[in-house]
Amino acid sequence: MSEKIDRRMLLKATAAVLGAMPLAGCDLASQDPTVRGILDSAEELTEAAQRTLLSRQSLAREFPETAISKHFRANGSDNPDDGDYQRLARSGFADWRLDVGGLVDHPLRLSLTDLRAMPSRTQITRHDCVEGWSCIGKWTGVPLGGVLQQAGLKANARYIVFYCADTFGDSLDLPNKYYESIDLVDAFHPQTILAYDMNGKPLEVPYGAPLRVRVERQLGYKMAKYVMRIEAVESFGHIGGGRGSFWADRGYEWYAGI
Amino acid sequence: MVRATHWIGVVCVTILLLSGLQIFNAHPALYLGMDSDFAHPAASIGVAQRGERKIGVTTVFGRSFDTTGLLGVSGRNDAAERAFPAWATLPGYQDLATGRRWHFFFAWLLVLDGLAYLVFSLASGHVWRDLIPPARQLRRIGASVLDHLRLRFPRGEEARSYNVLQRLSYLAVIFVIAPLLVLTGLTMSPALDAVFPFVAPLLGGRQTARTIHFICAFLLLGFALVHVAMVLLSGVWNNMRSMITGWYRIKPEGSLHVGEN
Repeated sequence: MSEKIDRRMLLKATAAVLGAMPLAGCDLASQDPTVRGILDSAEELTEAAQRTLLSRQSLAREFPETAISKHFRANGSDNPDDGDYQRLARSGFADWRLDVGGLVDHPLRLSLTDLRAMPSRTQITRHDCVEGWSCIGKWTGVPLGGVLQQAGLKANARYIVFYCADTFGDSLDLPNKYYESIDLVDAFHPQTILAYDMNGKPLEVPYGAPLRVRVERQLGYKMAKYVMRIEAVESFGHIGGGRGSFWADRGYEWYAGI
Repeated sequence: MVRATHWIGVVCVTILLLSGLQIFNAHPALYLGMDSDFAHPAASIGVAQRGERKIGVTTVFGRSFDTTGLLGVSGRNDAAERAFPAWATLPGYQDLATGRRWHFFFAWLLVLDGLAYLVFSLASGHVWRDLIPPARQLRRIGASVLDHLRLRFPRGEEARSYNVLQRLSYLAVIFVIAPLLVLTGLTMSPALDAVFPFVAPLLGGRQTARTIHFICAFLLLGFALVHVAMVLLSGVWNNMRSMITGWYRIKPEGSLHVGEN
């Protein structure tokens, strides 16, 4: 008897859930913080699962020269109209300097000439945009791990934050300056480079001149362009909107391995 | 167990389809190969200007169709410029980030649900007993197709088990379409591509995998529509009761014939 009632209740509950499914309800649910919290929990599961499968060193696929895309799409900012950036661009980035600071023993200030004199890595990789498209390009730059070793990370450093020159979007309640962050697993990955060349030529403005990050095992938005400053931090809660990335502040995953 | 996983699957697949169309809308074009040849998509949905008004244009392998009202432009006065219309996406408004959140949460749930179904179905013999069609059914496949087209469904004891078309279509969904959807979905992940770099080339490259993912989603939708139509046409209350509670009632043969004659 009790089993029958349980079954009936189960049916009623199912019917209620299905009845609540119409799309207007889903739109409301999308904005409900509790629902959002439950949905967002999948990100941690994905990150944990992918990090379990990925060894620290496993490389993103590299392609032959013939695979390079004829037209590589530029996304996000393609010509930052920030005054400081425009001034630097006019002088061919001769006065541009990369600041490396935060939780490091020896803060650095590097010119493009300094970076080009350091050991470099060249890789032909596929750039996957969160929107769904892919382009293949050849990138040359300095492995970020080498730069961080030179600066000497302090023991409590956990994330590397990239501050960019471009202002993107027009949100009123969020900072609009582009920034990104990655953890130390990705920071010291051999394919994580600070790229100054693309397809054998100095990086052009639409693609992030003079310097952009390549984080090949994640989506395109992690690969910040127009990098001005790198900071090692223990947490990123106090930066930007507090979620560690311009797009994470806008609801996207901070861990963009999928 | 089969019934529980079925209904959880229904919820997951519905949300995955709607949120998948939301994700597609962020870049409504499909390509073949490793990367995106933006000038030559295999298929795309866009907007064109025709005189005073905007029309929706869907292009498949170079052939264009006017899909105003459904694809390209839709909504009140066809004012919304979007690939799939608001009623087909989750959320209804344009929001890629939220679409991805829905998609990945329910993708995880569906994979767990599917695994539970598979383990149970293989262990309990459901696959062998109920899904693999016996030789005698396969021999009558032509007759079964004709019966279905004439909407004459199995009666009596025969109706208790799946007929040959049910068996074959369920097997295709469970062992071909669903695994392909999962595989092509995972292939699109740049992280998993680094773990299993040999999978994307097997599928023809990441963009081909994305296209297969899209096609399989619509094959699944097509299956679901036919499946629901069959449930409705072959005795909706009896079917629904059996799909939910497991109790399927068979009318005595005699009374049916009386009714028909």
